Amino acid sequence: MVAPVKGSMLVLERQARVYKHTWRSSVISTFLSPILLLLAMGVGLGSLVDQRDAPAGLPYLTWLAPGLLAAAAMQTAAGDSAYPVMAGIKWIKSYDAALASPIEVHHLVGGHVAWVLTRLVMVSVVFGGVMTAFGATTVPESALAIGPAVLTGFAFIGPVTAYTAGLQKETGLASLFRFGIVPLFLFSGTFFPISQLPDWMEPLAFLTPLWHGVELTRWAALGLDPTLSPATHSLVLFAVGAFFPVLAYRRLAGRLIS
Amino acid sequence: MPEPLVSARGLRKQFGDFTAVDGIDFDVQPGEAFGFLGPNGAGKSSTMKMIGAVSPISGGTLSVLGGNPETEGPAIRARLGVVPQEDNLDQELTVEENLMIYGRYFDLPRKEIARRIDELLEFAQLTTRRKDRVEPLSGGMKRRLTIARGLINEPDLMLLDEPTTGLDPQARHVLWDRLYALKQQGVTLIITTHYMDEAEQLCDRLVIMDQGRIVASGSPQDLIDEHTTREVLELRFAAGSTPPEESVFDGLAKRTEILQNRVVLYTDDAERTSSAVNERGIAPESMLVRRSSLEDVFLTLTGRSLID
Repeated sequence: MVAPVKGSMLVLERQARVYKHTWRSSVISTFLSPILLLLAMGVGLGSLVDQRDAPAGLPYLTWLAPGLLAAAAMQTAAGDSAYPVMAGIKWIKSYDAALASPIEVHHLVGGHVAWVLTRLVMVSVVFGGVMTAFGATTVPESALAIGPAVLTGFAFIGPVTAYTAGLQKETGLASLFRFGIVPLFLFSGTFFPISQLPDWMEPLAFLTPLWHGVELTRWAALGLDPTLSPATHSLVLFAVGAFFPVLAYRRLAGRLIS
Repeated sequence: MPEPLVSARGLRKQFGDFTAVDGIDFDVQPGEAFGFLGPNGAGKSSTMKMIGAVSPISGGTLSVLGGNPETEGPAIRARLGVVPQEDNLDQELTVEENLMIYGRYFDLPRKEIARRIDELLEFAQLTTRRKDRVEPLSGGMKRRLTIARGLINEPDLMLLDEPTTGLDPQARHVLWDRLYALKQQGVTLIITTHYMDEAEQLCDRLVIMDQGRIVASGSPQDLIDEHTTREVLELRFAAGSTPPEESVFDGLAKRTEILQNRVVLYTDDAERTSSAVNERGIAPESMLVRRSSLEDVFLTLTGRSLID
């Protein structure tokens, strides 16, 4: 019998070893996407915004950067909980392989969450570094943004894993990004305050974990007053992040143990 | 008689309305190579997954290594070696990393795993490929690596589900040789297969499954002796031609099976039967005399061929 934490760590160990072989393909996007986004949106678009009215009286680049960081955390969590989970279930069946050993489904879920959290820390630190290099935020501001960004990513691990675990075909993964992750990225207060949205859309943003994450990260880095209290935003993210892995566990168990 | 390693009574597996395994009884003794022979869909793999403590039983009783798979799954799996039907190796990892990762799942110390990897690579004839990624390896090499992976925890019982399906003849023989070596070392093997030659080569004892039930059991030779004749005469008729009526063959053999374009005569003296066929003026396109095999046992028991 392998204890829950121990088993999860053994699964995490496998993920880390696979990553040692595949990090090259992800490192480009880890570094490149913050550079491109900050350059195009922060510097390019920002120069136009700043001529009219900058949000909260800050340079647009500064205002934008923590929001982008939170959104990058969401994308990392979603990306790592979509295709690699499908591979584990269906393509290379690494979950079946593990389950033939003393490893159990809760170890797989625990190990997955632990691994994606590790990745979130890596990606957020790199993103924070790029933000600082662009002069968007200071070193302490970037550092303070990392924790809330990781928490934002955490809120997406469970839901995306549970969603993937319920999919029969991989086309559902493309839909997830097209109709889920990309709209969230665009309309959750990352690029503009949600008060700019049509009135009927504004309450919808409250329902999305990313908006809570963006508010929290911006507060932590820049001290901007969040819409709700920082504790409330944190609680929402934490609750979503803690509940959905349970659902993911139930779906995976139903699928892998028949 | 020692305690059996696996013991099943009235074992059933149900998927919704479909009954995959329909009340089977068997015992696997320590040190033997035990086979499940049957066509695809006979319930062999479902039985294997229940023995492997990954699939809950739907009815009856099952004991594996003295434990209940339902409640003691992880402890049982810690002592099993599993070679699944489809390879599920980590394609991005190297040969030795696959073994290391799998050993870690059993919470073995890295140093001990490293020692076992040397031995297992030798055993699987993969020593020269240890640093290579798995993905470009041949089918036979991947299978051997999967078997080596299944041995990393030095299991008391090895489960092999269709171990040579999809391999070319040469790779199959290399694999049989490796499995035979395991058997010599005293490892208990449970093998499913739909190849009768594999069952005859590897199994001390086997059960023949069809549609979720066990239709016969015994050693390969016992089964052949009990359910078929020593020799077989096969008459082949051209595709599209109408084979003769069954009555034409009356009295020629102990049993006659009329299949599409093919008539199988079970006889103890195939030479004499073939002369008799000629005398009756039956003119097949070709005739073949051969030894009886488990395929014939299956045909006799079910009236159907093992591989459709």
